[in-house]
Amino acid sequence: MKVKYIINGKEEEYEIHPGEVLLDVLRRNGHSEIKGNCYLGTCGACTVLIDGEPHTSCTILAAKVNGKHITTIKGIGDLNNPHPLQKAFVDVGAVQCGFCTPGTILSAYALLKKNPNPTDEDIKKALDGNLCRCTGYVQQVEAVKFAVKLLKEGKDE
Amino acid sequence: MSNFKSIGKDTKKIDALSLATGQPMFVDDVSFPNTLQIKLLYSPHAHAIIEDIDTSEAEKYPGVKMVLTYKNTPHIPHTTAGQGWPEPSPYDTWMFNEKVKFVGDRVAAVAAETEEQATEALKLIKVKYKVLPAILDPEESMKEGAPIIHDEPWITGAYDPKKNLAAHIDIRVGDIEKGFKESDVVVEETFETQYAQHTPIEPHVTITYLDEYGRLVIRTSTQVPFHVRRIVAQALQIPVQKIRVIKPRIGGGFGTKQEIILEEICSFVTLKTGRPARILYTREEEFISARTRHPFKVKVKIGAKKDGMLHAISLYALSNTGAYGTHGLTVASNAGSKTLPLYNKAENVEFISDIVYTNMPVAGAYRGYGATQGYAALEQAIDMVAEKLGMDPWELRKKNHIKAGETSPIFRALGEGREGVTQYIQSCALDELLEKGAKEIGWFEKYGRPKRNGSKVRGVGMSMHMQGSGIPLIDMGAATLKMNEDGSFNLLYGGTDIGTGLDTVAAQIVAETLGIKPEQVIVYASDTDLTPFDVGAYASSGTFVSGGAVLKAALKVREQILEVAREKFGEPDSKDYILENGKVISPKSGKSITLSEIAYDTLYVKNQHQIGATGSFVSPYSPPPFAVHFVEIEVDEETGEIKPIKYVAAVDCGVPINPNLVKGQIIGALVNGIGYALTEEYHFTPSGRMTNPNFMDYKIPSTRDLPEIKVILAETYEPTGPYGAKSVAEININGPIPAIGNALHDALGIRLHRSPYTPERVLEAIRKSKEKKLEPVDPE
Repeated sequence: MKVKYIINGKEEEYEIHPGEVLLDVLRRNGHSEIKGNCYLGTCGACTVLIDGEPHTSCTILAAKVNGKHITTIKGIGDLNNPHPLQKAFVDVGAVQCGFCTPGTILSAYALLKKNPNPTDEDIKKALDGNLCRCTGYVQQVEAVKFAVKLLKEGKDE
Repeated sequence: MSNFKSIGKDTKKIDALSLATGQPMFVDDVSFPNTLQIKLLYSPHAHAIIEDIDTSEAEKYPGVKMVLTYKNTPHIPHTTAGQGWPEPSPYDTWMFNEKVKFVGDRVAAVAAETEEQATEALKLIKVKYKVLPAILDPEESMKEGAPIIHDEPWITGAYDPKKNLAAHIDIRVGDIEKGFKESDVVVEETFETQYAQHTPIEPHVTITYLDEYGRLVIRTSTQVPFHVRRIVAQALQIPVQKIRVIKPRIGGGFGTKQEIILEEICSFVTLKTGRPARILYTREEEFISARTRHPFKVKVKIGAKKDGMLHAISLYALSNTGAYGTHGLTVASNAGSKTLPLYNKAENVEFISDIVYTNMPVAGAYRGYGATQGYAALEQAIDMVAEKLGMDPWELRKKNHIKAGETSPIFRALGEGREGVTQYIQSCALDELLEKGAKEIGWFEKYGRPKRNGSKVRGVGMSMHMQGSGIPLIDMGAATLKMNEDGSFNLLYGGTDIGTGLDTVAAQIVAETLGIKPEQVIVYASDTDLTPFDVGAYASSGTFVSGGAVLKAALKVREQILEVAREKFGEPDSKDYILENGKVISPKSGKSITLSEIAYDTLYVKNQHQIGATGSFVSPYSPPPFAVHFVEIEVDEETGEIKPIKYVAAVDCGVPINPNLVKGQIIGALVNGIGYALTEEYHFTPSGRMTNPNFMDYKIPSTRDLPEIKVILAETYEPTGPYGAKSVAEININGPIPAIGNALHDALGIRLHRSPYTPERVLEAIRKSKEKKLEPVDPE
């Protein structure tokens, strides 16, 4: 069957099998920026935004989200124009191996859209589903706080 | 320190932005046309002989290209442990064997056009097993009449395979019996640590293909690219020359990728079919078939004098290496060699270890590498000695720890599977760590005064640690540096950054040495065709060994640059030139020249040559980093739940070349350690199958499990390390089990002798201690 998504603002059409999960469809079609392969929604590395909400793409049937807006890490910034969250993760030292980073940043991005002034507890709650074995999370939480600051400074300018 | 321009600075991790923006950097982010997908069949039995295996139906399944079993693959005894050569681990493994030795051992592999086809074809393989009695308890393994796990005649390098002994260690210093007799108090306790896994978020993955010259290229998630090349060459009996191993970015390792477990299968398929091949472990396969932490049972006996001086320490470590002996000897060695020198005041010391085979998952290298298991026992026993002496355990540690200028006979007696190397400690800030850490946690106000709030009780605990920096006289790293027209440099080195930030540290070392910015160093690492050798990422060797090699290369290049400058300036004897801001400056004459000018001149104009050099580093030293951990916990007597409230890690890693990266290493390790202390463990059926191979049932810490964490760096200068640095990667995983265990004792007066400290175990210990209190008082 065919599905259409608007991925990072661009319409894409894919041929899929009905039983396939979104992660496999997107990776097969070149979206290698989405990581993860637990297929239980437990590690969070495959997090993407579907209509702005973070979801683990390994547990969502590709057919089910036909027609939806999907945002991957490439949809929020790039090497030349990183999003303040991407910049903050780099500056604060929140990226070690970087395998969980895209999913984690997307969870934080969804949080800040809804809540531009999160508390530490809000941040920890939002990132709770994104497992990281390298950082011990402290610098990730600091990075989200730093991004909040960067976003505010950006608005003041 | 203050004079450094690049060292000690929070240089941004050079790959961080690319990773944070989702560039295709990992093994599986790049795909090759016509790739065959490989899936593996695993033994459902803990111990069995394959009497018959019929692959004919699987071979006929659509899309299947080949099926691999012991019948059509080479029978070359080797070890999967990626270690230096000659290897300290036994040659007890074939690629596929007709005898399977644990639930999860490989039986066959299918290579097909798609993963689905490979998975379906696996189901068509008919295997007739003759099930053998299995050993699932390490203590059963050594008993007379126990089934022999490695009864094949070809096994070499194991201590006594007929007794299921993969390795054995027996080290004695002084007179241990006399030592205990002369002691005023003696504590003897046994502590057990459990099966656990590294769980990097990126599982093992390998892609192989033939290049345009027919050479085999292995793109793989490894910590040891050069060992991969050597071991694949051995296992497949092909020349090293025919193989290129490429390590792209790696999604975490922590020791599990110090193994060759997919590369040889993938390579075999590519060599036989001429096509690219790929294996990607699922999370379940990662749990059941990759490597684990060796579970230990440690009997610790400590004798001390009334004044609090330790006099005798005996450690007996029973290590369960599982079905194969990979890292068995060396992990067990480290349980002694990385712990006992810390208490060098004890004159009588013994370390004895049996490393036994069982029909259980295969253990391997895991951050901490035996020291974690050793400290779990030793650091709780130290608290128990203090209790018997009526002394503050902080005071006991302060009296007995090793100091700068001192040594321990253990350094020489116990190396990595062989005799070690004498070490004198040159930098040690333990006293400062003890002081600052105690102040931060409020030790003297809180210790011995548990605070109760309803059913919740708070207590504090501590532990003290050392590790090493690489393996002395064994670990070697090399680096090549060459100059470009714009004064930038290519650094080609074998150092293996698996997420730690080593490539960034390497750039900072070059920048400091040559007076440039780290951004002017283009780092390319860990490609066996293009970079010089390095043993890889293990043994806390990155900064010390690989970084040491980078420094040596940079110093040679610096001398070449100065030579050109002297000639340019007409000052042949000058020795006081300064390299800064991309220039060579002569302070006396005031002359200066940019590195770019030197590069253009030497590449194009006069006496043309490539400014560049290779440096190799191997050291007789392995300077230990030191750490003191303090934790305050809250334990709920009704639920048994332990909640760490505040965790203080006071660490001496020498000069922190990049404090931000150092902080990440410390916190990452200790949070992993908290998981090991509180939740992480393998559960098994009575027949040896793991029942919780997923992140729902195997709980690793997430953001909401975090205590308040405070890192304190007590900076020393280690003269044997690059710019004063020692290692930091492993040491901080060793603290949580003993520190939390000691805090639990402070809170409730109970002590668990087996980790993890789950609510069930805590409640059981509370129940037992209450029963004990109800018993009539012993008239003695």
